[in-house]
Amino acid sequence: MASGKVMTMRDAVARFVHDGDTVVIEGFTHLICFAAGHEIIRQRKRDLTLARLTPDLIYDQMIAAGCARKVVFSWAGNPGVGSLHAFRRAVEGKAARGTPLEIEEYSHFGMVARFSAGAARLPFWPLRDYAGTDLPRANPRIKTVACPYTGETLATVPALNPDVTIVHAQRADAAGNTQMWGLLGVQKEAAFASARVVVVVEDLVEESVIRSDPNRTIIPGMIVSAVVVEPWGAHPSYAQGYYDRDNDFYVAWEGISRDPERLRRYLDAFVHGVPDRAGYMEKHPGLAERLKAQERWSEGVNYGF
Amino acid sequence: MATVAARELADGEVVFVGIGLPNLACNLARGTHAPHLVLIYESGAVGAAPERLPVSIGDPALVTGSLMVCGMADVFQLFLQNGRIERPTVRLPGSGGAAEIAVHARRTLIVAQLNPRAFPERVDFVTSPGQRCGGRTRRELGMPGAGPVKVITDKAILEADDATGEMVLAGLYPGVAADDVQAGVGWPLARRARLAAVAPPGETELRVLREVLDPKKLYLNG
Repeated sequence: MASGKVMTMRDAVARFVHDGDTVVIEGFTHLICFAAGHEIIRQRKRDLTLARLTPDLIYDQMIAAGCARKVVFSWAGNPGVGSLHAFRRAVEGKAARGTPLEIEEYSHFGMVARFSAGAARLPFWPLRDYAGTDLPRANPRIKTVACPYTGETLATVPALNPDVTIVHAQRADAAGNTQMWGLLGVQKEAAFASARVVVVVEDLVEESVIRSDPNRTIIPGMIVSAVVVEPWGAHPSYAQGYYDRDNDFYVAWEGISRDPERLRRYLDAFVHGVPDRAGYMEKHPGLAERLKAQERWSEGVNYGF
Repeated sequence: MATVAARELADGEVVFVGIGLPNLACNLARGTHAPHLVLIYESGAVGAAPERLPVSIGDPALVTGSLMVCGMADVFQLFLQNGRIERPTVRLPGSGGAAEIAVHARRTLIVAQLNPRAFPERVDFVTSPGQRCGGRTRRELGMPGAGPVKVITDKAILEADDATGEMVLAGLYPGVAADDVQAGVGWPLARRARLAAVAPPGETELRVLREVLDPKKLYLNG
């Protein structure tokens, strides 16, 4: 029953990520499951459509590794640093391998709206957006509708229903009831929109812990296919309460990704050259001490009646 | 009624729970044969495990010890309209079934006491669509859920006829004759060729109902 969902990252990726899938590894800066992206690279999954608001370094790595056929996104940069160079090379047709990367571009609200429509099983979501921009010209999937109440023209974006969404969180129970705090991004919507959901957590907890604070449950176990326990699974992204964002690494990525050979060596050493996230962490001595979170506990609340 | 309704619920199912008797039925099921029944209340409590019988769907007892508490937008968009929650979603309407629940739930069970005013031949105003609307089927109207499949009353069970969509007499409680049921509805009640004999509540069910769930007799009488 419930315990059947707990499995290794290797098993979860093997079972739930297939060539050709539309894959979402969400998390807006926070709780991005790099460990899952790396396992997808190791298992040499191919022809994936990768969707995220910001591709972040994880999709830059997966694109460089040859996993992606297409990227659906809203902002493809390295925040505060510069470009995602593997992404750029692939889109500009300068990558060493294969045909140019296909892209489908929205805005942040557009991507949020795509997931919201997908989660609510609606065909589209209306937004008051895009008028005066060139985005609809670049993306014919952005359309318009006349409001049946006011007659005003609203933009619409189509629903996005991924094949699999991988969500990183602080904790969950064995049934997949998942609790998160800090920046929630659009993880909940992406999960509900998705055919399959893999939850990856820092800690596996008892059901009683979940039930002691139900407002903190963001994703219910009833939509979760697999639960993977993977401490440090989000590095270089972060997990509030567990570890800090590795801002130094994000800055260093500028140099690594700009040079295809250097990027290839990075993947060989830290993705292909390790069996799993534990192996990855062993290759980063001192990292845990440097990034481990300080303590800033919240005030507990009374759920009694 | 509570026991018969409770028996309709299988362990592990996901149920949207209405006020009134369905509350009792769902919690009885959870306390007996269906400990993993997942109760969802429109107020936002998911996986509720109330320690006392909630009087309303917004009772604080629904929050304490639940699996998840979310906003109402999430209840309707993500849990109900989403429509892909694997296990069948059952709705037991109480004194009022919300239109969207009647439209979307994979099947609906109605729990109500027989009374010709509560079961008129024709209602003046439809809030929860049944099997036929103006002669058209649910499928023709684009409704994803199967709608009301059973009506559980205090004397008998009615079931939706597959061909006509009409609620027909399907099972009788102990000591009840078919004519007793006819007296409680406002239209000529069709009946199945063979009427099932509905088993009365067992000892465990009675004990849970009387001693654990409803010692104050909010719903039970005698």
